[in-house]
Amino acid sequence: MAKRIDVSGLTAYYGSHKAIEDISMTVEPRSVTAFIGPSGCGKSTFLRTLNRMHEVTPGGRVEGKVLLDDENLYASSIDPVAVRRTVGMVFQRPNPFPTMSIYDNVAAGLRLNGSYRKSELSEIVEKSLKGANLWNEVKDRLNKPGSGLSGGQQQRLCIARAIAVEPDVLLMDEPCSALDPISTLAIEDLIGELKERFTIVIVTHNMQQAARVSDRTAFFNLAAVGEPGKLIEIDETERIFSNPSVQATEDYISGRFG
Amino acid sequence: MSHAATTPRPKSLKTARLPRGSAWGIALLSVLLGSGIGLLAGLGNKVQWGLLAALLFVVITYTAAAAVEGRRQARDRVATSVIWVTFVLAVIPLASLLYETVKRGAKVFDGYFLGHSMGVVADTEPGGGIYHAIIGTLEQVGLATVMSVPLGLLTAIYLVEYGRGRLAKAVTFFVDVMTGVPSIVAGLFVLSFWILILGFDFSGFAGSLALSILMIPVIVRSTEEMLKLVPNELREASLALGVPKWRTILKVVVPTSIGGITTGVMLAVARITGETAPVLLLVWGNSFINTNPFEGEQASLPLYIYQQYANSSGEGAAYDRAWAASLALIAFVMILNLVARGIARWKAPQSGR
Amino acid sequence: MDISTKSDTAPPPPPTVVPLEPGSRRPSVRLGDRIFLGLSRGSGILLLLIMAAIACFLAYRAALVLAKNDGNFLTTFEWEANGDPPVFGIAVLAFGTVVSSVIAMVIAVPVAVGIALFLTHYAPRKLSGPIGYAIDLLAAVPSIVYGLWGVLVLVPHLNGLYGWLDTYFGWTGILDWQGGAPRSLFTVGILLAIMILPIVTNVSREVFRQVPLAHQEAALALGATRWEVIRMSVLPFGRSGIISASMLGLGRALGETMAVATVLSPEFVIRTSLLDPGGGTFAQNIASKFSEATVQGQDALIASGLVLFVITLLVNGAARAIIARRKEYSGANA
Repeated sequence: MAKRIDVSGLTAYYGSHKAIEDISMTVEPRSVTAFIGPSGCGKSTFLRTLNRMHEVTPGGRVEGKVLLDDENLYASSIDPVAVRRTVGMVFQRPNPFPTMSIYDNVAAGLRLNGSYRKSELSEIVEKSLKGANLWNEVKDRLNKPGSGLSGGQQQRLCIARAIAVEPDVLLMDEPCSALDPISTLAIEDLIGELKERFTIVIVTHNMQQAARVSDRTAFFNLAAVGEPGKLIEIDETERIFSNPSVQATEDYISGRFG
Repeated sequence: MSHAATTPRPKSLKTARLPRGSAWGIALLSVLLGSGIGLLAGLGNKVQWGLLAALLFVVITYTAAAAVEGRRQARDRVATSVIWVTFVLAVIPLASLLYETVKRGAKVFDGYFLGHSMGVVADTEPGGGIYHAIIGTLEQVGLATVMSVPLGLLTAIYLVEYGRGRLAKAVTFFVDVMTGVPSIVAGLFVLSFWILILGFDFSGFAGSLALSILMIPVIVRSTEEMLKLVPNELREASLALGVPKWRTILKVVVPTSIGGITTGVMLAVARITGETAPVLLLVWGNSFINTNPFEGEQASLPLYIYQQYANSSGEGAAYDRAWAASLALIAFVMILNLVARGIARWKAPQSGR
Repeated sequence: MDISTKSDTAPPPPPTVVPLEPGSRRPSVRLGDRIFLGLSRGSGILLLLIMAAIACFLAYRAALVLAKNDGNFLTTFEWEANGDPPVFGIAVLAFGTVVSSVIAMVIAVPVAVGIALFLTHYAPRKLSGPIGYAIDLLAAVPSIVYGLWGVLVLVPHLNGLYGWLDTYFGWTGILDWQGGAPRSLFTVGILLAIMILPIVTNVSREVFRQVPLAHQEAALALGATRWEVIRMSVLPFGRSGIISASMLGLGRALGETMAVATVLSPEFVIRTSLLDPGGGTFAQNIASKFSEATVQGQDALIASGLVLFVITLLVNGAARAIIARRKEYSGANA
């Protein structure tokens, strides 16, 4: 299920502005890969090119290749809707559908993708909520609106919604930046469990978090404001944090800039 | 994942897609088919052909997309085409209205038409013009503006700068309600109060009373929005210098947002210039030039259009004059609109933030 | 527009910020402030008085003539308000007003929502700006011009549609057509639909614009098509906005005068078929009957105007209430 991502020569634009330039990397299946780097370095943009969400932004366009196992996501025959169905995403701010109940939120993706018997649907919803470590907290109020939950619970609800459709890859764009430390811890534990089943890519501003949850870490940087962001290096997380091969990485990690 | 219920997975990310431009092809096909069926079945009515073609377009799009791309994509395509169709549907009347107004209005629209009244011209005769109506409209709208602007501005200032508590809440609510008062009701009110009870006569001023009832809420609303955009730091900076509040409002707050306020006033003017109903009830109409808005019946541009049309039986000189006056009125209103929006755009950076 | 937001914008009261000695300047400062506050509060109060006066004077004049009315104001199918005693009733007008406005809503609301979606989610960005502009201009066209256009273009073009409706739906009785000129309540409804299109479109467009990107991206990331994104996140979020936009449009349609007076060929009857000429609306009846009305006749028209006033008040009040509720709701989830 979990798939490997191979990116080669990827450049992304906002209109005429080049946001990231010539990025190539490999993301291993069943592992957590963290993207770190200063603000504006394009790590979130890059993440969004991995499920073709970047082109949703007006003026957004992409050059280069992203191979999911062996399929190029940007080949002309590929349906972006199918890509997003296969590569799930969790956003910076928890965004459950405000008009739907907790149950409907989790079932939303399933209902798009086919018809289910009620029992099947309930089974998947329960499984997904358990997978997101949320089941025990919400099982008595599945019909209440999702917006009534706490921030951390909402974010886990969003994760449950994303994993309900069994994606191959799960992208997380700073999933903890809007949460308190305890909720953050809960999400980090969850990420550790989810990597058994999914390929996970996480963007984070928090280097301790990258060190705690990820197997591999990629460092992005930009030469100056207005210049495109670039991938500086990607390596085992342990190495990046102890003995990076590029000076800029060490400067960033030791807090000399960023 | 040994669960009984699992999600169906797409076999591949590749999906067959309808070739580009297929929408146009299907559109052409439906039009041809629609016309063909219409012709063969002997439907004399072109509307039926059109409906048939539209229906065929939706059905063919759906089946083709469903066969090639799947049901969800088909639904998406149908939604897209329906939404495009609604847009086209809305453009047709606008284009037609502007086209007809210019085409018919241009017939007698010239300097003579703008510069002469209907004084001695019978309805069926050619000649005559809208000079008296322009004067009437300008005076009525001008008076209404003079009455509404101070009242509207002060009310907006009260709501934004002072307004708290019940009174402000009530004013806000009733300004909203006033926005929805039909123009004919505003006319009836002035009729009952000014003419029937106080015993005044029909006059341009009576009309402007009704127009200002329609104008005030529009001005209050737009001014309120503009004043709210003025950052609080500006007010506090001025107050901290020891400037009294009323001078702060007059010297700092209002000047900062003057561009937006002007735009709001001009849009309100544009709106009431086209109002016919209250003028019909209160100004009565006059084919001679009456420059005194306080005494005697006056003409007005929208009323002129209505009366020329009503006296024309759909053709002839009066009918042409009605269209020419419509052209003048639309041109005036639209220029006012464009200028107002121009001011808003030009002033926006200073007043906005 | 609730008061709690206002307290954020209102700066602190001057006495705390103007720490001047109570010398010669302070009274004058106070005086200026007091005058200015008095003026601005006075205009607010004046507005309230005007609203109250509208209701009172209309009611007073209406009461004068209603006391003399020989018919039943609500059920009489006649308008002989100049006679002695006057006989008039609003049944026909109420029917015509409601029917034409409902037709207008049925046509305008889906189309307006479609255009609003088109502008916010479908149109190329370069196109949506100018089109929004054009729609604003459409809103600025005076209603009398719509009336002229309706008679010249719309009415003749409806012959075809009327024939078609009569052939296939004539059996319903509602869409039965005797072949008269298509200047009926149905035509009025279509014209009103065109006229209220801009306002419904503009309000809906604003609402759709406010749909948080986060909700739309959530749907997209689940693999939703564009239409599914709209179904899942845009329409649920915008529902109350669409309702209030429709109510505002309805308020306009109910009170529209000149376009109706120009296009409709009025008759004081209620016909079951909407395609046959006849009927009338409150506003149209006032405009058409006014020039021949005696003072008593004018009072009768005022009485009918009062009913129209109350109806539009209710409709607009409902729209505002929905908007206000939506604000609280969306504020909680922002």
